[in-house]
Amino acid sequence: MEVAGEEITVVTGSQPVPSREPKGRDITAAESWQGAIVPLLILLAWETLSAGGVLPANWLPAPSEIVRTIFDLAKGGELFRHIGTTLARITAGFLIGATAGTVLGGVAGSSRLFRRLFDPLLQSLRSIPSMAWVPLFLLWLGIHETSKIALIAVGVFFPVYLNLLSGILQVDRKLLEVGHIFKLNGTQQLRRVILPAALPAYLVGLRSGLGLGWMFVVAAEIMGASKGLGFLMIDGQMTGRASIIIASIILFALFGKLTDRAIEQAGRYFLRYQQD
Amino acid sequence: MIAEQNVVNNLQVRNLHKRFRGQQGEVVALRDINLSIRVGEFVSIVGSSGCGKSTLLRIIAGLEREFEGDAFLDREPISGPGPDRGVVFQEHRLFPWLSVRDNVAFGVAADAPAEIHRSVQEHIALVGLKGFEKAYPHQLSGGMAQRAAIARALVNRPKVLLLDEPFGALDALTKIQMQQEILRIWEAEQTTMIMVTHDIDEAVYLGDRVVVMSNRPGTIKKIIPVDLPRPRDRGNFDFTRKRNEVYQEFFASAESIPEYVI
Repeated sequence: MEVAGEEITVVTGSQPVPSREPKGRDITAAESWQGAIVPLLILLAWETLSAGGVLPANWLPAPSEIVRTIFDLAKGGELFRHIGTTLARITAGFLIGATAGTVLGGVAGSSRLFRRLFDPLLQSLRSIPSMAWVPLFLLWLGIHETSKIALIAVGVFFPVYLNLLSGILQVDRKLLEVGHIFKLNGTQQLRRVILPAALPAYLVGLRSGLGLGWMFVVAAEIMGASKGLGFLMIDGQMTGRASIIIASIILFALFGKLTDRAIEQAGRYFLRYQQD
Repeated sequence: MIAEQNVVNNLQVRNLHKRFRGQQGEVVALRDINLSIRVGEFVSIVGSSGCGKSTLLRIIAGLEREFEGDAFLDREPISGPGPDRGVVFQEHRLFPWLSVRDNVAFGVAADAPAEIHRSVQEHIALVGLKGFEKAYPHQLSGGMAQRAAIARALVNRPKVLLLDEPFGALDALTKIQMQQEILRIWEAEQTTMIMVTHDIDEAVYLGDRVVVMSNRPGTIKKIIPVDLPRPRDRGNFDFTRKRNEVYQEFFASAESIPEYVI
């Protein structure tokens, strides 16, 4: 297989590069808490200004009010249904998009013919702004789950495909030569050299894909849903309750961060050889 | 001492030509190379960059398969890589995701786990990396990484170890240390070794013979036997004279620089 001489643009989403602490220096617990100081001060000011009536409660409700809203929604069990629906959508979309990206990225990486035939097409599809798919998907797949999951899957697909492909194409030729010396056949070369070498790029793709998946789930749910966190936001907008909108934003952020952390931790396990 | 009639050539290269097709037509990389190497011999190949010495090594390794002429290992024509030849490159080329142990075990030809384990442990000990089995390549110094690469190349007990400027990227002190290490390993394993280098001092210090190659096209200019007893002393007069002899093959027109050793 050939490696050099092809330029692949790597799509990076929200926060793709696994952050590593500067070498030889661990951030102490005290230092890591410093990052919380400014947000806490803002919250405090916000709460005080709201209590004093400076901030209009219907536009920017107090933090305590938002917390109360979350608890109220949770009490009736309504909140968990919305969260559950959103998580189910993103899980399904992520699995489909990531699987397709992995398979096509892997095939494109190992077959020059496939790459010549399909990569230009996929590259040009990528340049379609994702939201432009929405009307078509609604027309084709209806307003229910299928179109939403399809939209999320499209979002997840491209970063996974592109990062895996570029990861495979950038495998060091010199390492492949070591494989030749030990007489590895094609499958062994793939399993023992190419895939481990492409793994860091692949994990970046999965994280970027998940980030885009969250963007798309919001879009899909805003555009027409009767359940889910995105629906909750629209509901808050329709009924003029800013606290519900902000509560939904916070929940999106929370779950987005949690799922990203899950992939990051899995990546850390697989890439533990990079740590000191 | 090996009696003359028992001397076996295990590596033979006959009338070897190698051409590369470049943009400006053909480039002759190697022309009319003839070389016989005895079992257990240490042969140094010196030449300036671009003389084809690495290409010759790659042909013996089986990495370059298109050439004219013959290359035999124990009378078998070389047609590709094989466990009877180990290769060490200038870069260590260890797999970054594998520990030292797993890198050394990467190409083990054995099947039984116990045998693999024993062979890997033996070779890690041989190169002096005991205690570093679990380290990853990025945690190793250049010299240690090259030791691991040597262990990986020797793990199948090859008949020939091919060394392509293995110490070229190391600092001067580590380089001298590694030269002594490779001699120790050579004496312990009695493997035939062929080392490509551009360092005349290294070539004379290590080799039973020094093959001097010239440029464009790459040909063997002269083969100089180094009949100095081991362990060799770089400050020794005979050593210096031998080194100058090789030196003059490259800079024949230049006046020889006398070196005096106190």
